[in-house]
Amino acid sequence: MAEDITKVLVDYIKREYLDEDSDQEITAETKLISGGIVDSFSMVSLKLFLEKRFKISIPDDKATPEAFDSVNNIIKLLKQFTTV
Amino acid sequence: MAYSEKTRSHYGTELGSIRTAGLFKEERSITSAQGSRITVEYPPGSPGKEVINLCANNYLGLSSHPAVVEAAHRGLDTHGFGMSSVRFICGTQDIHRELEAKLSQFLETEDTVLFPSCMEANAGLFDVVLDKDDAMIADRLVHASIVDGMRLCKAQLYNYKHMNMAHLEEKLQETQECRFRMVITDGVFSMDGDIAPLEAICDLADKYDAMVMVDDSHSTGFLGKRGKGTHEHCGVLGRIDAITTTLGKALGGAAGGCVSGRKEIAELCRQRARPYLFSNTVPPSVIAASIKVIDLISQSTERRNKLEENTKYFREKMTAAGLDIRPGVHPIVPVMLYNAKLAQNVSRELYEEGIYAVGFFFPVVPQGAARIRVQISADHEKEQLDKAVAAFAKIGAKYNIIGKKKDEVIATYGL
Repeated sequence: MAEDITKVLVDYIKREYLDEDSDQEITAETKLISGGIVDSFSMVSLKLFLEKRFKISIPDDKATPEAFDSVNNIIKLLKQFTTV
Repeated sequence: MAYSEKTRSHYGTELGSIRTAGLFKEERSITSAQGSRITVEYPPGSPGKEVINLCANNYLGLSSHPAVVEAAHRGLDTHGFGMSSVRFICGTQDIHRELEAKLSQFLETEDTVLFPSCMEANAGLFDVVLDKDDAMIADRLVHASIVDGMRLCKAQLYNYKHMNMAHLEEKLQETQECRFRMVITDGVFSMDGDIAPLEAICDLADKYDAMVMVDDSHSTGFLGKRGKGTHEHCGVLGRIDAITTTLGKALGGAAGGCVSGRKEIAELCRQRARPYLFSNTVPPSVIAASIKVIDLISQSTERRNKLEENTKYFREKMTAAGLDIRPGVHPIVPVMLYNAKLAQNVSRELYEEGIYAVGFFFPVVPQGAARIRVQISADHEKEQLDKAVAAFAKIGAKYNIIGKKKDEVIATYGL
């Protein structure tokens, strides 16, 4: 199950944040915020995607750059609100 | 004492970490008026050094233009120094209304409302026209002031890849159930000089029933055949619902900004935009000088034509000299160096050669995209541009980057 969520998130991040011709690899451990792939502005739309996709509400104080800094971190965050 | 040692120490540590990260911004004192040649006192206390200025937003060279300065003096004489009021109490003079009308005429919009700056126009606009049932769909590289303005608004925030129309269309499809949508973009992006594809954006907005907002701060006064801005350049005059722009760049460069567009949007800003309601009126001398600026650029396109010529000349010479510049037609000319340290070194050595141009690097631009951002002015003479190109070529040769492409520079200097 966790593997599926990883794929959903990796696919979304590739589609949403990388250029079509980008050859950058995204794994569950790739640094998203500190690695410059997702900036703080785009983090807002990532949060919106997670909330819509998983039908949850993430409080602003939980939506920190650290919590969004990798797919694995995001999964940890999601586990606080869902049973993924 | 309320300002304890603990507090002082905390702020000191913060400042230290800014310095350690190489992000501390040092301000250089300029002892002359703004222009293509300025006198700079740097480091502090050293004798003034005359340098060619390649980093002002003084696109039309009007910042110290005699007719503009004279109009400011006249404004002081006839309308005083300050208004000691916000606009809606006792801060609206005849000249404020005159400038708003002239801006509407120049930009070919229905109405205009002045703000103390474009930063404040962007901070006020979105919250006034959009609510929680609405969506803001913004280019991912919009200016920081737009990002701040959107954060103050309850509407849902979506963003699309920089100038990527297919991605914008996806977002428009995703947000179909929202009450109102607004596509939000810079007309010209300040770090790259990229010009937003406004015709395609307007076509998509029409198709999906969305409004279009453009921050035209880096184009009002000179982009387009009559200098009206990106909407003229792209052939979409009358199709932009809200333009925000500044008087602080090409239009004299002092202060002030505006929202210009649909009359209901402008009027709602007058009634509800908090930065408008709670900020002091733009001072009369600035207003009087800005009226002169609009008159000058409405009567003649000479200055924007010279800016266009200078830009073409500089871009061609830099390319011929083997420097890696980002292609385009805008007077923002990014000289790509990719490595942050290299950008800082080149900027420092340019200064030693009498050329003032600043390096930009992460986090202002993406990692591995460090550059010197050159900004051309109508005030520059060919000899000044030649001297700048020669300095770039000399320093470029020293660092062995002449004729080198991105991969080769990164291979030598790293990201």
